[in-house]
Amino acid sequence: MLELIVISTLNGVLFGMLLFLLSSGLTVIFSMMGVLNFAHASFYMLGAFFGYQISRWIGFWPALLLAPLLVGVVGMVVERYGLRNTHKHGHVAELLLTFGLAFAIEEIVSMIWGKSPVDYRVPAALDFPAFTVFSTNYPAYKIFMLAVSIAIFVALLIVLKRTRVGLIVQAALTHPNMVGHLGHNVGRVFMVVFGVGSALAGLAGVIAGPSLVTQSDMASLLGPILFVVIVFGGLGSLPGAFIASLLIGLIQTFAVALNGSLASAFGPLDPTLGPSVLSDIWNVTIAQIAPILPYMLLVLILIVRPMGLLGTRET
Amino acid sequence: MSEATALPAEDTPSGSRAQFYGIWVIAALALVVLPLIFSSGGSLTSFSLIGIAIVFALSYNILLGQTGLLSFGHAVHYGLGGFLAVHVMNAVASHDWPIALPFIPLAGGIGGLAFAILIGWVMTKRAGTVFAMISLGIGELVASSSLILRSVFGGESGITTDRTALPHMFGWTFGPQLQVYYLIAFWVMVSAIAMYALTRTPLGRICNAVRDNPERVQFIGYDPHVVRYLAYGFAGFFAGVAGGLTAINFEIANSAYLGATQSGLVLFAAFIGGAAYFFGPIIGAILVTYLQLGLTNVTSVWQLYFGIIFIGIVMFAPGGIAGIIMMHRPLVRAGSWAMVIPSYLAAVLPTLASALGVILAIESVARYAAGGDGSVINLLGVPFDATAPMTWLVAAVLVVGGFLVARLSWRRVAAAWDRAATIARDRGYLA
Repeated sequence: MLELIVISTLNGVLFGMLLFLLSSGLTVIFSMMGVLNFAHASFYMLGAFFGYQISRWIGFWPALLLAPLLVGVVGMVVERYGLRNTHKHGHVAELLLTFGLAFAIEEIVSMIWGKSPVDYRVPAALDFPAFTVFSTNYPAYKIFMLAVSIAIFVALLIVLKRTRVGLIVQAALTHPNMVGHLGHNVGRVFMVVFGVGSALAGLAGVIAGPSLVTQSDMASLLGPILFVVIVFGGLGSLPGAFIASLLIGLIQTFAVALNGSLASAFGPLDPTLGPSVLSDIWNVTIAQIAPILPYMLLVLILIVRPMGLLGTRET
Repeated sequence: MSEATALPAEDTPSGSRAQFYGIWVIAALALVVLPLIFSSGGSLTSFSLIGIAIVFALSYNILLGQTGLLSFGHAVHYGLGGFLAVHVMNAVASHDWPIALPFIPLAGGIGGLAFAILIGWVMTKRAGTVFAMISLGIGELVASSSLILRSVFGGESGITTDRTALPHMFGWTFGPQLQVYYLIAFWVMVSAIAMYALTRTPLGRICNAVRDNPERVQFIGYDPHVVRYLAYGFAGFFAGVAGGLTAINFEIANSAYLGATQSGLVLFAAFIGGAAYFFGPIIGAILVTYLQLGLTNVTSVWQLYFGIIFIGIVMFAPGGIAGIIMMHRPLVRAGSWAMVIPSYLAAVLPTLASALGVILAIESVARYAAGGDGSVINLLGVPFDATAPMTWLVAAVLVVGGFLVARLSWRRVAAAWDRAATIARDRGYLA
């Protein structure tokens, strides 16, 4: 039991940090530009596939640098030539544009790399057990993932809180017009922020690819969870996104590891009753409902606290 | 969605009133006559699917076009309606209740409505982006739950039924596709009239007001939340009707009906057709269903084309096809439409060339990635080898060259358009 708790906590924090790599970019882009980037998870997927392809050509370490840069460039192009032109039609049009992009990117990826998972391996240098907890070998690659995401988290914090660039970004979040009046090129700030956000998503993809499954549906699987995270944390709140990422990461990891059901807790139902909704609910294990837990949380938070955990604004 | 819905004004003279009813009568006649002209099994199936798609897309537009709510989970109501319809059909058949098949879509509608009533109050608290995300989350929740509640949703395989086991009506068994087509056509007509009538009620009008300016709606004493909730209920009901029709058509309901793909397709249909006008989603539903049925035979990456068409519409013609058509109305009335025709003709060729280039590029990549098998692409009768460098070169030239020339020619279209619109405005027609 203790073993399960330790391993699941490690995995949960890891998944949570990965979610935060994605949700931080999404939240900053949202609060700055008012655009909910539906294609954010697609950038994560692009990162994984670029990482896979580049690491096959020239190795994992260059891919770790090049793939996020490439995704960042894709993001900037999307902002400059897509979103900026759509802005005049309103936020719904922008949201729809990113929705169409997410759809198209998924199709392009499955067209080029196929619909089945690609063989994206952990680099040999990190392919060893880091330490042994009780009887489980904990892979070094996961520790590496954790280290990268924490490093990015700290770097992001320093850039946002301690540098001039971060100051401008923070100001543009709340007062984009004033920042423009002060002589900053708000359009370029938006483009760079969008690019950096996409690059972070791409980086998450590169490091998550070998550990999770690199497949053309990975964006559509993760995307909705990402939206749950930022609604749960409160739209536009970076600390909220952080807490929600960790929380949902931990909840999902623990749920997957647990095999209990109502039947195992209270004994099986009378078999003469036959199959019914009750017997379905009675026999389903916690592991089986793990995929829907985030959405249940979403409904719950909307009823209890509609602005999210740390959100301040109503819309 | 700030464009006003261009519906006939309140004080229409009797001539245009006849015209208005004429459109509905012609539509009804067309629904009756169509299967007599195209009577093959394949076209009957297509018509049935298109009819269902029309009801579904119109129900979606109650949210998107009329109330300004962008939903990513509308298929939930469609699917739940389908499931309830299947369960009702099975119950009717096993208990010998005197309910004929034509009434079953009503059960579907009740299914969609019931879920809308249940979940709608929480969902419609907020509009805009928040609503969009919540609808996505609810959609995922229901779609995933349906796989867990196997006794109701039948797991992966779904639940089957037999439409001929129900009591017959007018001596119709509803076994042949033709009879099912007429059942669907009847419901398409009834639903379309009902949904159009809804847009003419005070509720429909206040929905438009909530879409355009919820704050002012509050000032005149309405609660936008309640209005959105009511609109959500109506949309859920008609989506359920569409789901019930699907259940009758296929005699099965499975969890794919509830999924994100279905929600995406209805969004595509409504938006490509044009959400600002009542008839827009009808055009969109016909086009999307037709493309879906037609493209699947021609290319393996048809969904990518959907995505590209959708992105193109969002970026260049956010009013959709209906918006493009209605843009020309003042010009036609003023008689200055002939001025834009030459520039259109000049723009057609380069635009078509770059579109063909995109198609060639996509098909080449698709065939190349698939491993070169069947790598000959037949484009307008010209064979291209997907692995030959020449093909890639032609594609690149078409895309880049076509784009550059098209951009110039579309600038000329814009200039010609401005001149024509100025004349129309001078003659007293608003452009």
